[in-house]
Amino acid sequence: MFDPLPRLLLGLLTGFLFGFFLQKGRVSDRRVIVSQFLLRDFTVMKIMMTAILVGGAGVYAMHAAGWVQLSVKPAHLLSIFIGSLIFGPAMVFLGYCPGTAVAAAGEGKPDAWWGLLGMTLGAALYSEFDTACTRALRAPVDLGLVTLPQLTGVPAAVWFAALALFTLLFFRWLDRRAES
Amino acid sequence: MAAVNALKRSSWSPYAAGALIGVLSWFAFLTAGRPLGISSAFVRLVAWVEGVFAPAHVAATPYLAKLNPVFDWEFFLVVGVALGALAASRLGGLRSADRPTGKRIAEAVLGGFFLMIGARVANGCTSGNGISGSLQLALSGWVFFLTIFASGAATAMLFKKEVR
Repeated sequence: MFDPLPRLLLGLLTGFLFGFFLQKGRVSDRRVIVSQFLLRDFTVMKIMMTAILVGGAGVYAMHAAGWVQLSVKPAHLLSIFIGSLIFGPAMVFLGYCPGTAVAAAGEGKPDAWWGLLGMTLGAALYSEFDTACTRALRAPVDLGLVTLPQLTGVPAAVWFAALALFTLLFFRWLDRRAES
Repeated sequence: MAAVNALKRSSWSPYAAGALIGVLSWFAFLTAGRPLGISSAFVRLVAWVEGVFAPAHVAATPYLAKLNPVFDWEFFLVVGVALGALAASRLGGLRSADRPTGKRIAEAVLGGFFLMIGARVANGCTSGNGISGSLQLALSGWVFFLTIFASGAATAMLFKKEVR
């Protein structure tokens, strides 16, 4: 029923820090999230891109040193595309994604508690149809555990450098425009 | 003192918050061998609740039965997220929250319902696919990230001009 206690406490600590950073980054506020989708406030993108660049550079370095294994999800492109087309609009109406909904609920925002109820019901319904979903949506387009460096032959370091350059220039332009 | 003052500030720069989440993902890979993720913990909650009331049904549903142990590292990670956000908001001096209207409650329940269906069909949410998948340069993560962004932006511009 339970993982060993030290591992559970490790999860609790990791989650505590995750929730702390999400709240301080203001993404447990649904106005910030909806404003991102309206392209009025880029807080969500700034957090995600910085996390991807810092996290990715470190994880790839640790992987190269043999300290960690990657944990890549399979590229079932059809199911991911359809799931994302449901997820994006739902995130706009709820005003949170799963992680930020949990953070907002912990903070004491009642609308997020209702969101968690809906999410739990959604998980319950989905669990009845996982087998059908795999057969209909995952099996047809399965590229396996593929990464962009494997797909393109361009090394990870080049991907991160290009992403960092694009991110830096884009946000610098945005922040300057906001100041003037 | 500077550290204490930072904890008491109501918000941080998004770049600082993002960088710290990136470093936290190193920590998760190193200490747990797992990336950060949220949505599958909701399936674990379902497996536990249904296991109490209908154990035979859980045993006959591979998607739920395979979750053993039910309460794992990721489940407690999600509990931690709620506690961490609570601590951050109280240290930052935030207390009150609006009472939702009936319309907002309906929107939140339905939004949450479809959000989780989308997350499970896509095999991950903004954390598991969007951040953890993208930072590993996984094709699955980037397809998710770009598609939720485009479909969310289109939805917001059509239906959510007013941000309240």
